[in-house]
Amino acid sequence: MSAVEKASVEKSSVERSWTARVREAGVAALPPEKLLPDSQPTYVASWIYVFGVASLASLTVIILSGMILALKGPAWWHYTGVGHFFNSVHLWSVELFFFAMVVHLWGKYWMAAWRGGRARVWMTGAVTFLVAVPCALTGYVSQQNFDAQWISTQAKDAMNSVGVGAFFNLTNFGQMYSYHVLLLPLAVVGLVVAHVLLVRRHGVVPPFEPDRRALTALAEEDGAPDLPTPTGVGS
Amino acid sequence: MSRLGRVLRSHDDTRPWRGGYAAYDLVKEACIAVGVIALLAIVLTILFSSPDQRPSTIAQWSRELPVNFVATAAKELDGTSATAEYGPPYNHNSGSVQHFLFLHPQRWLGVSHPIDTSLDYVIDPLKTIPDDPTLKAALAEYQAAPERTQKAWGEAYAKPLEEYETASEENKTPPKGVSVEPSGAVEVNASAAGPVPTLMTSLLALAKSGGVDGSLLTSNQFFQTDYTKPLLFMADGGLLEKRAEAQHLLGTQWGMMNETGSYPGQVWLWLYTFWYQVEPFKSSPSGDLDVMLVMALLSLAFICVPFIPGVRDLPRRIPIYKLIWREHYRAGAGV
Repeated sequence: MSAVEKASVEKSSVERSWTARVREAGVAALPPEKLLPDSQPTYVASWIYVFGVASLASLTVIILSGMILALKGPAWWHYTGVGHFFNSVHLWSVELFFFAMVVHLWGKYWMAAWRGGRARVWMTGAVTFLVAVPCALTGYVSQQNFDAQWISTQAKDAMNSVGVGAFFNLTNFGQMYSYHVLLLPLAVVGLVVAHVLLVRRHGVVPPFEPDRRALTALAEEDGAPDLPTPTGVGS
Repeated sequence: MSRLGRVLRSHDDTRPWRGGYAAYDLVKEACIAVGVIALLAIVLTILFSSPDQRPSTIAQWSRELPVNFVATAAKELDGTSATAEYGPPYNHNSGSVQHFLFLHPQRWLGVSHPIDTSLDYVIDPLKTIPDDPTLKAALAEYQAAPERTQKAWGEAYAKPLEEYETASEENKTPPKGVSVEPSGAVEVNASAAGPVPTLMTSLLALAKSGGVDGSLLTSNQFFQTDYTKPLLFMADGGLLEKRAEAQHLLGTQWGMMNETGSYPGQVWLWLYTFWYQVEPFKSSPSGDLDVMLVMALLSLAFICVPFIPGVRDLPRRIPIYKLIWREHYRAGAGV
């Protein structure tokens, strides 16, 4: 076999490789400049955009404080000041996470952020919110205090009524702790990663194209009667 | 394209952005955001800390509410408590089994956490008490009796206790059939109750010493993380509810989303909790299932917003977007 033939066989073998195909598909879907961009469209200029990254930042603080709590075990925070401090940080970062996520979702709703082939971006965000709810609930029932006793005995009826109680028993601390520190966070993080990658792939949704009258009104409000030359979406 | 496909696919004139770009440091922004949120969480921690009220125990319950404890234990013994009559996943009864039309999901996975309230909450803990011939004889007499006799004994014992509890709740003079000794022992004048008063007196003494807590947690194995049995026993009684009411945590007080103290709790459950406050869910015997089905439907709608005509069109019709992209429109870049 000649050197040329050998190289051709090697090339075709690489092309058939699963690894090469995954890499090529990944790079094609998300080239580095899309994955980690150093510029963004000029319309991304509103405080509402802060809440997406605030949700991610809150999730990071939740995971970090949760890891510290997990390192010392579930009872640590009840009898040490440092433990109680990290439990409080964990609690407040959860509250911030939900607050930021709700504002982010409302913001994205009013932007109709599913436009332009971005339905999956909305859907992964919505599912993340829905999965975060039981993730937080399992935290509340893993607290080993009166709140955990009351919430678990009250919420069990809803779980039992739909048959979920058979494998999601709120009064079983061991099971709830496993759900809280591993299974549900894994689901939330997986969904968030998918959501962020989809955002990076499709980009931030562009503004609606407004009607001419609205633009004229804005321009007159600014004392500039002549509309500038269009340069935006689809121009 | 099918008609359904046309309905689901909205008219979408969004085109890729061809306008200007501004410099943006994603990694720097992410790092700053984590720093700011961490700082905010620490400030909230310093200002408000977090709630941590000690859990209740069966020992505490039996000491603070001895009449309620023996009344509950008597119901566990004769199988008339909420847990005893519950149904799946705890037993094969149907007291709390919910359904919607032909759907009975509560029965689909059967009894996954079996609880025999008579054995688990009364008989087995009493069997752990050594060297008590009177108790041993009472246990033997109770277990040898036919079920009907056991029921009759249980009812004869529970009736004066219920009257006592009702009178206490209504601040009336309690009936003379029940007396609570200064030591906390409960005397019930029920001659038709057979060996039940002996069983209950011993169980109360065992509970006060912490023996019932221990018995319920170590019944299967040494290492234990499943609190289903003690929690359901306590939930049948009145101590948890008494504490919850004082903390505004009852279902009628939007309790599912609250937590002890003045903390925000699980505010994201507001819609779920809301349904429990209104009819027909409020008084439905299958209220939990009804609420879960409504929430499942709403959750599905939430996920599918991009495909629901009307809901997906509102953002265009209610121009909040003009506020969000005000600077962009002001610059005239979005025409």
